[in-house]
Amino acid sequence: MSEHRGVWAYSENKDLMLELLGKGSRLAGKLQTQLTAVMLGHDIKKQVKELIGYGAHKVIVVDNPQLKVFHVEPYLSALTQLTKQHKPELFLMGSTKRGKELAARLAARLNAGCVSDCLELKVDEQGRLLAERIVYGGNAIVTQVFRTKPQIVTIPRRRFEKLKYTEESKGEVVDISDVQLEVAKTEIVKVKPIEIAETRIEEAEVVIGGGRGLEKKEDFKILDELAQILGGQVGYTRPLVEDRKWFTEWVGLSGHTIKPKLYIACGISGVIQHVAGIRDSKIIAAINRDPEAPIMEMADYIVIGDLYEIVPALSEALRKLLASS
Amino acid sequence: MVRILVCVKQAIDVSQLKVDSATRRLIIADAPKKISDFDKNALEEAIRIKEKLGGEVLTVTTGPEDAKTTLREALAMGADKAYLINDSIFENSDTLATSYVLAEAIKKIGAFDIILCGEASIDSFSAQIGPRLAERLGIPLITYARKLSLEGDTVTAERGLEDCSETVRAKMPVLVTVTKEINEPRTPSYMAIMKAFKKEIVIWKAADLNIPSEKVGEAGSAVQVLDVLAPKVERKKIVIKGETAMEIAEKLAKTLIQEGIIVR
Repeated sequence: MSEHRGVWAYSENKDLMLELLGKGSRLAGKLQTQLTAVMLGHDIKKQVKELIGYGAHKVIVVDNPQLKVFHVEPYLSALTQLTKQHKPELFLMGSTKRGKELAARLAARLNAGCVSDCLELKVDEQGRLLAERIVYGGNAIVTQVFRTKPQIVTIPRRRFEKLKYTEESKGEVVDISDVQLEVAKTEIVKVKPIEIAETRIEEAEVVIGGGRGLEKKEDFKILDELAQILGGQVGYTRPLVEDRKWFTEWVGLSGHTIKPKLYIACGISGVIQHVAGIRDSKIIAAINRDPEAPIMEMADYIVIGDLYEIVPALSEALRKLLASS
Repeated sequence: MVRILVCVKQAIDVSQLKVDSATRRLIIADAPKKISDFDKNALEEAIRIKEKLGGEVLTVTTGPEDAKTTLREALAMGADKAYLINDSIFENSDTLATSYVLAEAIKKIGAFDIILCGEASIDSFSAQIGPRLAERLGIPLITYARKLSLEGDTVTAERGLEDCSETVRAKMPVLVTVTKEINEPRTPSYMAIMKAFKKEIVIWKAADLNIPSEKVGEAGSAVQVLDVLAPKVERKKIVIKGETAMEIAEKLAKTLIQEGIIVR
């Protein structure tokens, strides 16, 4: 177990990869070891410099035509061979759906442990890695430790910050492009890209959340107006998507997890699954008719009242105050 | 004729879980248990395939003795036979050890055309058992399926990924994990529930599967739980009051501006 050294990072998602390097470099510092970025794909050597600029001390490149399109088995076999040969102590992987499958299967092949969707990773005074994740539908946070190495964890998007890019950074590049790769066991017959909203809700500094307290879809215009004044975005709760079919995406544990500077919950009762998605907001304000609504326990500022009166009044008040300042 | 196995988990009904606010501990012992939601989707899908093409649906779980209740529910939905893999030495197993127990059980139950799992369990949500099982059994895997169809020896599935929806094909035997969009699980009729009591639940202990104690439980796990706590809630909980909506709104607006969180 002691022979395992180094922190590794890999995600097929480029933005997430840079965030993993950000967290990885801090962890590597604490563990007094090196950070290695793993790059898999075809015709990717140009990107090596960027990974070094964002914190990697070393980049292992597997540049192979078989890796041009993401198929699990060739990617998995490359990662399996690399980890068996180089034995990292910690492997940070991206918590995309592809990444989670990859990580779990890599862990299975290495007979290793894997902690999915880590929200926090710390090194304690004994040098142990503590991995925290949400369980029980948002009711609890579990802290886990590994008994074996490598320690594989997956990390969701926008959980950690990437480092500032440093043009002058130097790093070692190891090219292992001539590995034998497994052939894919599944065949992709069709790919239909999803229209992704231009501005993602995770990036909004202000989010106005609307829940079942809104009676009609058209009523969201009062939330849209408030969001516009604050330069923010509107988010929805799951019932508006699943039951009423008004929207396609929701804020909550199973949907988008956000941490804006300000979250204003309008007509949201605050079930635990929703709260788990907004918990890390800096300031939470809640507007609700029901003083007993669980959201009140989660809010910094509470307004007990009718959102149909309060929200337009708040828009008006903010517009005036912001114009005069 | 298709032989299908559905892996189910008896999960804690997270919507009914209570927290002791003084200690932030969960009151797990009192929490009701049920079949994990997505496993119900997996069962429903298996039963629909059987109704269409004929065959057999078996179901397996590993868990405490009262997981039999979960298996009865699966049998009431339409599974033909159930297996409970239960032994006190399995307690505190992580996904590494649990997938080992399930894989050993599946090898003993026999060969399958399709193994179905839910995408994740509602209580721990790690989404690892399906992928780990596919590796242990050495069969193709399709995760996050929201549509599934069979033709000859081939399974075609539509998967919902973050940036695209992907249609993939694999040859059977195959393991598929399903999402809740795939179907609406049925509610068993009274007759179906009564019939379920006549169906067989096979119980196997570790010894029946030649499972050594060092490969399961804490000893066989790579990950160990240090602590489970309800998240800390440190909020100001200030109620903003006033005579009129406008008065309240102005106070709230001023407060939010003073917080320095409004940039424009």
